[in-house]
Amino acid sequence: MVDNNRWGNFFAHVILIVGVAIVVFPVYVAIIASTHPPGTFVRGVMPLLPGPNAWENYRTVITEGRSRAGTPPIGGMMWNSFIMAMAITIGKLSISIISAFAIVYFRFPGRIFFFWIIFMTLMLPVEVRIVPTFQVVADFGMLNSFAGLSIPLIASATATFLFRQFFMTVPEELMEAARVDGAGPMKFFKDILLPLSITNIAALFVIMFIYGWNQYLWPLLITTDPEYYTIVMGIQRMVTGGDSEPLWHLVMATVVLAALPPVLVILFMQRLFVKGLTETEK
Amino acid sequence: MASITMANLGKVYTGDVRAVTDVNIDIKDGEMIVLVGPSGCGKSTLLRMVAGLETITEGTLKIGDRVVNQLEPAERDIAMVFQNYALYPHMTVFNNLAYGLKNRGFKKAEIEQRVKQAAEMLEIGKFLDRKPRQLSGGQRQRVAMGRALVREPAAFLFDEPLSNLDAKLRVQMRVEIRQLQKRLATTSLYVTHDQLEALTMADRLVVLNGGQIEQIGTPMQVYSHPETTFVAGFIGSPAMNMLPADYLRSTQSAESLAHIPQAADLVGIRPEDFALDAPADGDLILTGTLLLLEPAGAESHLHLRFDGVKENMIVRLPNVPSVEEGQSLSFTVRRESLHPFDAATGKRVS
Repeated sequence: MVDNNRWGNFFAHVILIVGVAIVVFPVYVAIIASTHPPGTFVRGVMPLLPGPNAWENYRTVITEGRSRAGTPPIGGMMWNSFIMAMAITIGKLSISIISAFAIVYFRFPGRIFFFWIIFMTLMLPVEVRIVPTFQVVADFGMLNSFAGLSIPLIASATATFLFRQFFMTVPEELMEAARVDGAGPMKFFKDILLPLSITNIAALFVIMFIYGWNQYLWPLLITTDPEYYTIVMGIQRMVTGGDSEPLWHLVMATVVLAALPPVLVILFMQRLFVKGLTETEK
Repeated sequence: MASITMANLGKVYTGDVRAVTDVNIDIKDGEMIVLVGPSGCGKSTLLRMVAGLETITEGTLKIGDRVVNQLEPAERDIAMVFQNYALYPHMTVFNNLAYGLKNRGFKKAEIEQRVKQAAEMLEIGKFLDRKPRQLSGGQRQRVAMGRALVREPAAFLFDEPLSNLDAKLRVQMRVEIRQLQKRLATTSLYVTHDQLEALTMADRLVVLNGGQIEQIGTPMQVYSHPETTFVAGFIGSPAMNMLPADYLRSTQSAESLAHIPQAADLVGIRPEDFALDAPADGDLILTGTLLLLEPAGAESHLHLRFDGVKENMIVRLPNVPSVEEGQSLSFTVRRESLHPFDAATGKRVS
């Protein structure tokens, strides 16, 4: 253990405070910027204190959007992002937990082979396979649809692998006890494995939701209809769209709103998995 | 309630690894059979074959009149207590007990009544709302027992249920399990590597070694009349002393060896069959040097060296004698308490 001396403590705190400041400062700037009138930024000096236009800016972003640049009000885009992120998260979780269950608890021919195939897809993130995936999605007529936005991103080797590792730590006697107690494989899965995995599910839910929410390249490629724009795309369009200077006060208001759902998900899920951490015992 | 019949049971794993060979045991209705042997002797495998958790590759297994070789564990009407209890960690004690009944479609009232009754019997009534992690080792053990009890199965299977408990609790649970088993008169198969547990709990015990049965009998039969050198060495603590028959023939009177057949080349003597009394007619007189005296309160263990015998002998006396290490001591052994064996086959010769 580290000695509890005064200078050590002081030094540790300095490092931590600097670290926090570096992380928090941009967020702070974004929030401040979203409260100023449009003219402030043209001067080229970034204000560090709140301005008077907060209400006005947020109202504009939420109700009007920036119609001249072809950016709809952000409510719709937030909703699209939410649907996409939820579909990806729930899809990834359900498929990976089921495949991990199959790989760990059933003996079937090619089990190891399939495990390695799933594992190999870790090496193929969206960006690598984007052209063939686009072709497939286009051929299925899934451009400009939620299905097209989410399905290609659902397969997840990471989650499958994590669930597999977790299932392997569950004592085999539990499965045997369940068999003696008259529970078939699916019942065992539902009554015992799933409740024990809650912590893992919560942690993965957070990671996957943020992954889905932050998707940028893929939605940009397959949506041309503003109906299906996601919020991350919206920010980008706001910055580059139109022929005037970027309207930083509106962009920043959008950024702040776009960051809210992931923060809420983390706050909500954190309670769940801290509870899980303190209550589970293997 | 049912009998269990094992006929020529065997287990061969893929790759020709033999775990169990030609096991024949008839367990009578209500009887408690203890399977005992060193680790790796196949006792757990055999139990798991009866439970249905391992497939049976040879022979037939009957529970009652049904051949159950191909049945799932749940269909065999057995209940099992696992070594690490295998309680469902996320369920309350009540739900742990009720889970098997729920899966079998029992009515709610019936489940509640049975769980209450089992909980009362095991004195875990006040823990019904707790999760397993809030219980001590002994309480978890009781819950594991309760889960078997509520089902009212044809047979209980115990897989070293006491090995995770501390010594004091182990003795207490041993007594409770035995009393409970006698009261319910449920056929039971109990696996342990602890010979004391085996001797105290069994109606009959089965000594296994290398996947084969060495001896089946009541605890006293097995103890006082071991059929093989393995059983002689395994059951009883300290272990039985083994002396070369030739050594006895050269040092003892012919009269004292009257019960030892010519074919015997190894003679076993239990540590407690040595005495410091004056010899009577026909007694053996064995003289050795005391290497170490281990007083154990009510009794003492003496480690001795006999001239011409390679291994040290252990003698158990019901008191702590006032002797000095290095001293020469003469013991008498009654000729009836010798166990003659054939060293080559390991079998008893009579």
